[in-house]
Amino acid sequence: MWYVLVILVTVFGVLGVAALSTMLERRLLGFFQDRPGPNRVGPFGLLQVVADAIKMLFKHDWIPPFADKTIFVLAPIIGFLCVLLSFAVIPVTANWSVAGDLNVGLLFVFGMMGMAVYSVVLGGWSSNNKFALLGGMRAAAQMISYEVFMGLALMGVIMTTGSFALNDIVAAQSHCWFIIPQFLGAIIFLMAGIAETHRLPFDLPEGENELGAGFHTEYSGMKFGMFFLAEYAGVALISCLITTLYLGGWQGPLLPPVVWFVLKAGFLICFFILLRAALPRPRYDQLMAFGWKVLLPLSLLNTVVTGAILLLRASA
Amino acid sequence: MFGIIRTIWMTFLHLFHKNETVQYPEQKPYLSPRYRGRIVLTRDPSGEERCVACNLCAAACPVDCISLQKGERDGRWYPEFFQINFSRCIFCGFCEEACPTYAIQLTPDFEMAEYVRQNLVYEKEDLLISGPGKVPDYSFYNVSGLAIPGKGKGEAEHELAPVDTHSLMP
Repeated sequence: MWYVLVILVTVFGVLGVAALSTMLERRLLGFFQDRPGPNRVGPFGLLQVVADAIKMLFKHDWIPPFADKTIFVLAPIIGFLCVLLSFAVIPVTANWSVAGDLNVGLLFVFGMMGMAVYSVVLGGWSSNNKFALLGGMRAAAQMISYEVFMGLALMGVIMTTGSFALNDIVAAQSHCWFIIPQFLGAIIFLMAGIAETHRLPFDLPEGENELGAGFHTEYSGMKFGMFFLAEYAGVALISCLITTLYLGGWQGPLLPPVVWFVLKAGFLICFFILLRAALPRPRYDQLMAFGWKVLLPLSLLNTVVTGAILLLRASA
Repeated sequence: MFGIIRTIWMTFLHLFHKNETVQYPEQKPYLSPRYRGRIVLTRDPSGEERCVACNLCAAACPVDCISLQKGERDGRWYPEFFQINFSRCIFCGFCEEACPTYAIQLTPDFEMAEYVRQNLVYEKEDLLISGPGKVPDYSFYNVSGLAIPGKGKGEAEHELAPVDTHSLMP
């Protein structure tokens, strides 16, 4: 019974956070640009989410006649499911997670992220539209290559902890958050996380000004809404992961663990939005060059140095 | 690298700046008296219509949104009907410039949305206002040389009696 409750709360919590962060993003972007953002519907514009959802649900759910129908319908579902499943291993508190003790928790997250690439690629491919295809192609290259550095950046944390289970990683941070010894790794993980969720400034798969809307050009109605929700749930997921891996998870003084977790993750979501407001989009080749020529050596260096220090400490 | 961090920091500081937005329906923006909004037809100080149906406004109008029909009463011209199609009007103010009698004027009012397009065609009753608008003391017939009942030639303000061209006297 407790287990079902945890699952239900996780699923609806993620959905709620994803929906709310669409509103939060528009409000915050407004503030960053010296305007109030959507503030008409309900108190502080909170019901804007409901209005958007109603609009999205009642829109003409159109499948283009030239599209590959099965895959076209399947793509957003895959994307959304993968992000949602990743939340299973996130430990919100010591005993509140669907599978926080999973001994390959981190690998599971990475597997799901690898699957999420399929949603974007298949969405772009099945649309039979050149812009969608280009977007999907970019997404494939970008997400796969950034997943490499993401994994490598994490090696430091995993080596220090000696475990893939997220509960163990949080427990290992009781004295010192990993962001201090693993600062470089945290920064690389953050950048790779932005690229992984294809958020601005790394939203090249969508690149409005050159690709229309990129891989979801042909999508409308709730199928587009699924992509949209998956993107914001992805932001929440990366925020939760950084919280868990580098910011000590639910640990913190005075306040209850849930509050600490929500505070840290919420701060990171806001930071993602700040990045969107502040930075312009790089060119596609710049993005790839930056990944392979800067982030890859840096993450390898991080791994090597961490390993050396660990070995020295073990032999001493 | 430093530039990126500086950009992020400066964008963050905008969180504490004042909003520039004017919350429109509750908070009206200031519109100057010369703002070019809804068009009106004014009356002279004695309460008569100023419009003399000269058609200059209709001729000046770049989108042909004004149409009127000249009528005549006691030697004075007046519009029998006067329509402005506001679904065409571009509020350029050329009609106001063209008007020789200050009859047609633009006002600082732009809230004229309608649900039915046909309602945007304003008739003379909708356009006429009771006052003289932006030019309080001006009355065309008081300064023009035209003879109307109650005022002969040469009786207008700042006007001399007409010269008798048949007389040889200086």
